[in-house]
Amino acid sequence: MKKVKADPKGVLTGSHYLDGDHSLAEGGLAAGCRFFAGYPITPSTETAERFSERIPTVGGVFIQMEDELGSIAALIGASWAGKKVMTVTSGPGFSLMMENIGLACMMETPIVIANVQRGGPSTGLPTLTGQQDMMQARWGSHGDYEIIALSPDSPQECFDLTIEAFNLAEMFRVPTFVMTDECIGHMHEKVVIPPAEEIELVERKWYTGPKEKYLPYKPDKDLVPFMIKAGDGYRFHTTGLTRDERGYPVINAECQDVCVRHLVDKINKNADKIIKLKEEEIDNAEIIVISYGITSRVAIKAVQKARKAGIKVGTLRLITVWPFPEKRIKELAKKIKAFVFPEINCGQVVLEVERCSWGQTQVIHVPHCGGWVHNPDDIFNAIKEAAK
Amino acid sequence: MKKEDQLEEKNPIEDLLRMDRIPHIWCPGCGIGTVVTSFIEALKKSKLDLDKVVVVSGIGCTGRVAGYVKLDSFHTTHGRAVPFATGLKLANPELNVVVFSGDGDIAGIGGNHFIHAARRNMDITIICVNNFNYAMTGGQVAATTPLGANASTAPYGNFEFPFSLPYLADAAGATYIARWTALHLRRVTKSIQEALSRRGFSFIEVITPCVTLYARRNRLGDGLNLLKYYYDNSEIHHGADTRTLDISYQGKLVVGKFVDKEKPTFLDAMNEHLGKVLGDKYVLYGRINDDRD
Repeated sequence: MKKVKADPKGVLTGSHYLDGDHSLAEGGLAAGCRFFAGYPITPSTETAERFSERIPTVGGVFIQMEDELGSIAALIGASWAGKKVMTVTSGPGFSLMMENIGLACMMETPIVIANVQRGGPSTGLPTLTGQQDMMQARWGSHGDYEIIALSPDSPQECFDLTIEAFNLAEMFRVPTFVMTDECIGHMHEKVVIPPAEEIELVERKWYTGPKEKYLPYKPDKDLVPFMIKAGDGYRFHTTGLTRDERGYPVINAECQDVCVRHLVDKINKNADKIIKLKEEEIDNAEIIVISYGITSRVAIKAVQKARKAGIKVGTLRLITVWPFPEKRIKELAKKIKAFVFPEINCGQVVLEVERCSWGQTQVIHVPHCGGWVHNPDDIFNAIKEAAK
Repeated sequence: MKKEDQLEEKNPIEDLLRMDRIPHIWCPGCGIGTVVTSFIEALKKSKLDLDKVVVVSGIGCTGRVAGYVKLDSFHTTHGRAVPFATGLKLANPELNVVVFSGDGDIAGIGGNHFIHAARRNMDITIICVNNFNYAMTGGQVAATTPLGANASTAPYGNFEFPFSLPYLADAAGATYIARWTALHLRRVTKSIQEALSRRGFSFIEVITPCVTLYARRNRLGDGLNLLKYYYDNSEIHHGADTRTLDISYQGKLVVGKFVDKEKPTFLDAMNEHLGKVLGDKYVLYGRINDDRD
């Protein structure tokens, strides 16, 4: 894995007062993103607006596409031409993107997608928050595959995790999602952008061997194949069909097994390298509150109240949601009385916690249909209930 | 016999084909292979660096072209070849990007991308093989099926008005537009050559026989019968008003080069406009020594 310093041209070093949407754009520019294709959608549009304003003085392309189907197609093309690429969207646009997210997985193409989530289904709540696209981020396109999804809890993390998303996308040749939401997207806070030399970026895994021996999908030791770009004389082929190491279509169950298993293993077997969690006061905890994104900030109040009431509560924040921290949850499930899991949906990521708990502990979900964040008392009551 | 005197059985364009993927999947009498031959001949006659030529296909019979040409080639999703090509071109303006796909892919499911790429004058070349139906899935009615023609999902004949693709391309802003049939091999080659040498959105429609489905269902005979139809009914009319190019069932086929004009491409316009507005602050993007100039 080759690491390089960020290109100072894209890094707006300093202390800023930014909302999450703008911070996503700055994260992308700092990470070296020089191609953005998108389509306006509330509450994510500000990211595209900022990118369109900033990119002409940095050097690169912003294009507003005709729809989100086209945005992702353009990203994949641009990524294969050698650029770092990103887009931003929200629910309905995310649904349209699913088709070519599958293609990006199949072609093993690094792309970054930020989703500023709003309430759904359908047009739902364009201007109000939700965390209802978490399962869609994981498996919204057809077929079997695995992706990486991160969840920032602040405008600062929108910046930091967008850079992280680029690094992971490049490292694993996979679509990587920054799953934020309307609250954080429109929340203004201090965002510190460090000097370029303090931002470490992962360089794409470029192939350097003899041209005639290049195989676009031959897994390396870390399971990630080397990549090349169009126009370098390899005369390579790639397809959305099930393909072999050469990138040639092979339509049978044997090749499908190798191809799909690879797409899944590439992420799952590298999960330890990918997953980031933030744990607090876990050691003596009887109850652990699991959360991600904006909900983890709301949960703090409930946790503080519970601690005052003498309940031993720890917190676990999923910075990485996908791949899911299966091992850690299994470990913790053996030690505690209950997990409490608030999320702004009717029960999505909690299903994974239930699965990993294997009946060894209670899992109490605190659902919310979207439109606003939880009332901390609802989370507190769940903690109290669990502690009984 | 000396070695150099021995005749070798070799396809004259095999250096640009993926011979390890031949035989191809196309039916006997199909016209797609003919268009591929014209494309490769046009490439050979062009002075382009073939390492920089990229072929993008969508889905369908013609969508398989990307898999047979020995160039950097992408077989993408249904309808999305044009935006995929847009990404390739904008990310590396040195590439010459060719979309090679069918009527269903480009004008049906991909119609929106097609008109918007033309509107922006995206600097790419589109070769659209029009066989009047969705052939890969068994001959369903398409956006190009002539009125009255039979298709598997129009078993009583098609009653939907079809697109005239050159008219659509013209209205949307394409700067080079030609239409030929699979019979006009040399003219197809020449048009592709011209299109590759032009900056801007170039569109070439090639009408081809689909013997297995369209012709069989409509009892039009085999490939030869269809070529005979093209021969008897094609009318070369360069510069024809694109509003006059409708195709009726087994009717007259107006072919030729209809549009060949200059207009700033997306990147030209972007560089010029942003350069003017932002002055020295603007970082010029992708202006290169274009070997087509």
